[in-house]
Amino acid sequence: MNILVCVKQVPDTTEIKIDPKTNTLIRDGVPSIVNPFDGYALEAAARIKDKNPDTKIVVMSMGPSQAEAALRDCLAIAADKAYLVSDRAFGGSDTLATSYILSSAVKKIEELEGKFDAVFCGKQAIDGDTAQVGPELAEHLGYPQVTYGLEVSLEDDSLHVLREAEDGTEIIGVKLPCVVTFTKPSFDPRFPTIKRKMAARRAKIEQLSAADLTTIDLTRAGLKGSPTKVKKSFVPPRKEAGVVIKEATPEDSAHKLFQTLNDAHVI
Amino acid sequence: MANYNSVTPEIIAELEKAAHGHVVTGADVNPDYAKDEMPIYGSRMPDVSIDATSTEEVSAIMKVCYENNIPVTTRGAGTGLAGACVPICGGVVICTTKMNKILSYDLDNFAVTVQPGVLLQTLADDALKHGCMYPPDPGEKLATLGGNVSTNAGGMRAVKYGATRDYVRAMTVVLPTGEIVHFGATVSKTSSGYSMTNLMCGSEGTLGIITEMTLKLIPAPQATISLMAPFEDLAACISTVPKFFKRHFHPQALEFFEKEILVSSEEYLGKQVFPRKIEGTDVGAYLLVTFDGDTQDELDPIVEKAAEMLLEDGALDVFVADTAPKLKDIWAARSSFLDGIEEQTKLLDECDVVVPVNAIAEYVGFVADVKKKFDFSVKYFGHAGDGNLHIYACSNDMDPKEFNKQVDEFMSAIYKKAMELGGQISGEHGIGLGKTKYLAEALGPVNIRLQQGIKKVFDPKLILNPGKVCYRL
Repeated sequence: MNILVCVKQVPDTTEIKIDPKTNTLIRDGVPSIVNPFDGYALEAAARIKDKNPDTKIVVMSMGPSQAEAALRDCLAIAADKAYLVSDRAFGGSDTLATSYILSSAVKKIEELEGKFDAVFCGKQAIDGDTAQVGPELAEHLGYPQVTYGLEVSLEDDSLHVLREAEDGTEIIGVKLPCVVTFTKPSFDPRFPTIKRKMAARRAKIEQLSAADLTTIDLTRAGLKGSPTKVKKSFVPPRKEAGVVIKEATPEDSAHKLFQTLNDAHVI
Repeated sequence: MANYNSVTPEIIAELEKAAHGHVVTGADVNPDYAKDEMPIYGSRMPDVSIDATSTEEVSAIMKVCYENNIPVTTRGAGTGLAGACVPICGGVVICTTKMNKILSYDLDNFAVTVQPGVLLQTLADDALKHGCMYPPDPGEKLATLGGNVSTNAGGMRAVKYGATRDYVRAMTVVLPTGEIVHFGATVSKTSSGYSMTNLMCGSEGTLGIITEMTLKLIPAPQATISLMAPFEDLAACISTVPKFFKRHFHPQALEFFEKEILVSSEEYLGKQVFPRKIEGTDVGAYLLVTFDGDTQDELDPIVEKAAEMLLEDGALDVFVADTAPKLKDIWAARSSFLDGIEEQTKLLDECDVVVPVNAIAEYVGFVADVKKKFDFSVKYFGHAGDGNLHIYACSNDMDPKEFNKQVDEFMSAIYKKAMELGGQISGEHGIGLGKTKYLAEALGPVNIRLQQGIKKVFDPKLILNPGKVCYRL
């Protein structure tokens, strides 16, 4: 099996700063990490490889050259090969332009690595939180998609995806090739081994520029190719976590609710 | 041994004058004040408890107790493991947890002044906000700093940074007489008479009551990497330890443990982090090592060399934790060993011996051999880097009397061996109530006479924390 995992390098904090003039993220001085949801996508791929050792895992990221560090982290954990899609022409891309560029990169990487059976993404990046790029990529590629994946298993020519639903989980079967976006499962991504870490430190990260993406229409990339116009960015105030009261009987729940409100001196 | 007076209504009235509104008596006293985390060494409710709020208040309380010959025991969060804060003669308990303010930072001299009730975790987090690290790192993060100083607590970073004692610059102490004294100064060196701060460190509340402390900080390291190395058995795991020092790797922490204790801890936390099998081989023991420095680039070559050495010495693999979540995960499992044991064990006793680093392997082999003679199970883990071992006798089905009898025999044997190998009774938990007999045996009459002499100079009426460390009741 041939799996592509899309990852993004993000600042290691949800308290990101935004340049008020350009409305873009200020990354200086903030340590960078692999977007945690992308880490879960990589772990899902690694678990498929555990069971099917002939699986190849390729990671791809779009971003500045610093994003190489994130790709090296992925190589250390489970990836076999890494591609960095980087070009000034891609700067300022919104989610539509980004997913379009990524779809063009997928086509290029497939020329080099063979067809991908599945493309895994995190459900969203913790710095942008849009959760749009994965589904948009599936549209550009014309693949079926399953979002909010927790675990996957390979069953013949399809993936069985355990996905998070509003009130529990559900299992969806999806034909290959497909796109799956991942949310936080009950387990953590594995630890890198020192051997993989050392190999990753010395590994070659393949670079793809706009010129390398032979199918790309550059009018659909970068700031100019982005229909989204950011008027204003702000960090919303933190909401207090709610309390769910679910006792054995409605009477018990009502009693508990009364007790809780009473203890809080609300009534 | 001293004869103490009972706490009368008149004395309670005097205490109420000394600490207005803070005096609690009889059945209203918090039952936690009768014990610490090792109730097997005994417990007793005090007659009076006072949550003190200032040095002056502690002084006023002590004056009343000194004049009336009332025993006084000081306590912090009660996380001790040797029964040191148990008021075995009743009387008054002074609790310092309300004195929990970080008073001031002196960042030019890398020092912070705190009240004794500040929790270790609170200072560690707050110091980081100032770009500093408070290096002592005992496993119990909810202990008070006053308790840490009183037991000279160590912890996992002691390998590189030393124990609590090495970070105490100065302190304010209320003596048993109620006099207020200052020991030490915010200086890097001193050759000015006997070191009273060093006498206070590890004195377990028997000499005076610490009401303010100035602690040393260091610039916070900017990069931290941990390696986790699973081994097939403990012997190979331990034998690699001295090489970390011979090869100048300067680990910040170096811990070993067997799979059994890890499993209890992970069950307690409800999260499995450590691999239990590597390519078909069952893991028997783990070595956990942390390196810290100013930059990642500075650490990378050290980490690679250390990992190569571990693999050469039989590690089944070496895993790297260099991100905040991964570091948190592996150290959370390590920090919860005691919680895991406590949750699964009805009868528990422990020993906290320290032996020279190159004697760990022999010592652990000895313990593994001796334990076969007894009905309880024995679990252990250790700060491999400084030779400090925590050995637990655990039983869920033994008769408590029989357990105590067998444990006494077991402890005597393993303490004796530790001394033969050039070790000490306690590495970081202290003597308290539970280890007085073993300390007396280990030190011998001359040393005990000196220790008792020191105690008498500070506390002529022996009212402060009676029955602990060098004076047995």
